[in-house]
Amino acid sequence: MRILVKGAGVAGLTVAWQLYRHGFDVTIHERAEKVGQGASGFAGGMLAPWCERESAEEPVLTLGRLAADWWEAALPGHVHRRGTLVVASGRDAGELERFATRTTGWEWLDEQAITALEPDLTGRFRKALFFRQEAHLDPGKALSALTAGLEEARMRFLFGPGSHATRYDRIVDCTGAAKIGRLANLRGVRGEMLRLETSDVTLSRPVRLLHPRHPIYIVPRERNRFMVGATMIESDDAGPITARSLMELLNAAYGLHPAFGEARLVDTGAGIRPAYPDNLPRVTEDGETLHVNGLYRHGFLLAPAMAGEVARRLLAEHASPERMAS
Amino acid sequence: MLKLYDIAVQSRLLLGTARYPSPSILAEAVRRSKTEIVTVSLRRETSGGKSGGAFFELIRDLGVRVLPNTAGCHSVKEAVLTAKMARDVFRTDWIKLEVIGHHDTLQPDVFGLVEAARILTDEGFQVFPYTTDDLVVAERLLEAGCRVLMPWCAPIGSAMGPVNPTALRSFRAHFPDVPLIVDAGIGRPSHAADVMERGYDAVLLNTAVAGAGDPAAMAEAFALAIAAGRLAHKAVPLEPRDMAVPSTPVIGKAVFS
Repeated sequence: MRILVKGAGVAGLTVAWQLYRHGFDVTIHERAEKVGQGASGFAGGMLAPWCERESAEEPVLTLGRLAADWWEAALPGHVHRRGTLVVASGRDAGELERFATRTTGWEWLDEQAITALEPDLTGRFRKALFFRQEAHLDPGKALSALTAGLEEARMRFLFGPGSHATRYDRIVDCTGAAKIGRLANLRGVRGEMLRLETSDVTLSRPVRLLHPRHPIYIVPRERNRFMVGATMIESDDAGPITARSLMELLNAAYGLHPAFGEARLVDTGAGIRPAYPDNLPRVTEDGETLHVNGLYRHGFLLAPAMAGEVARRLLAEHASPERMAS
Repeated sequence: MLKLYDIAVQSRLLLGTARYPSPSILAEAVRRSKTEIVTVSLRRETSGGKSGGAFFELIRDLGVRVLPNTAGCHSVKEAVLTAKMARDVFRTDWIKLEVIGHHDTLQPDVFGLVEAARILTDEGFQVFPYTTDDLVVAERLLEAGCRVLMPWCAPIGSAMGPVNPTALRSFRAHFPDVPLIVDAGIGRPSHAADVMERGYDAVLLNTAVAGAGDPAAMAEAFALAIAAGRLAHKAVPLEPRDMAVPSTPVIGKAVFS
């Protein structure tokens, strides 16, 4: 069976990897010049289904809890299993209680325990929630590694616009936000982020700072860098970050640790997350094409489950006699 | 029946549309609350000047009347501009007017509010002003042409419920014929029932529903509480007393027990 995967973001590459593991003949076509140019490029890379459950429905947890294992198996050494720390400023302490009632898989930490995990946060928070089972990865590095692995396995990559004459048995469309307006009920949710660089603060794991209006997360990266995200705006505008969002994100980072005030602002970004009305991803069929879309803010978390679903469907077809005969 | 600018409504619950876990859950909350009016923030969802596109379409598809709001506006000019944009997007003269005076507490700037209300009324808008429980400000808003008032019962999103019952009582007493909607500060259905028992005409909610563990169920709980509060108000509740009063006569009662 010859398969064309359209789109080389986290969804497309994950699907390609899964199909390659099952022995399918896969070609990947990406309209841009390289991988990860859509929403995936702005991802936090948090594998945090327990935290996400605070505002997401149950499938995010049931489908997402195996994501860390999937990434670890695909890319050994890329997954950091250090949990997630959730904190709130003294005035918003009630938000922590609220977060705890909406989630599972946490434990309460006191000041000493916070210090043991993140020494640089000593004395800044009286208590915190710790989600021990959660993990994170660097999205850029993960996508590059996945691409390298696929190239090594002699998967074909086609870049740039234009169609290709080759016939494929099936197309798996993973082009995300490009399908807004073409797939029913798919909408864009704008997200803005920024990257800071400072050697004055060290964090070992993603930290979420709760706030009634602007909850944010900070994910530590290599080379003293930190990704700060992310806004959630009901808009499919992909223009640069707004002054207000920049202010809110920086303000929150500063609130987490004043040393972020002296950090360098490396860059900012804004991307469009494709989402269905329930904010859950799905695999849909349209003739010869399977669509994987609606990953919303859960690309790295839920792409493995979607890839598994695509593989199951194609394997079932492959095995069914009528399909073999046709 | 409640009339808001000559539009008769059955449901006395107005629902905000911000911060739900997903549009599907918002739609379910609207359905179960049986609300006929939802408010939508223009400002937050129109990044980069593009319309909130799909989200606004979703709101229109809910099949209920839309009361656009100017949430997040900090000046008269900004609020007036946002109101005009809202008129274009939702084809309605209704506007829930918010002019925020304090970034942190989201307390209304009552001076700017009165000024913006005057400008918008002159331009044919039907203004629903989000205000404090200050009587003088309320009078100025009526003079500016408002025919509905929306006092808070506690700061936005605080979920504290009525923090100043005395002010709410005198507000109701001063404006017996103006539709009064409690906007902001409600946390639980019992708070909503409380203000309805005090004779308020309706309640506007957002966070209390959107932030609940099960927003759709909470929306229904609020609808029931608001209906109960309204019914209780019409039934004329007892006033509290300082001392116990037996519900049956004491004199002549047999003393065997």
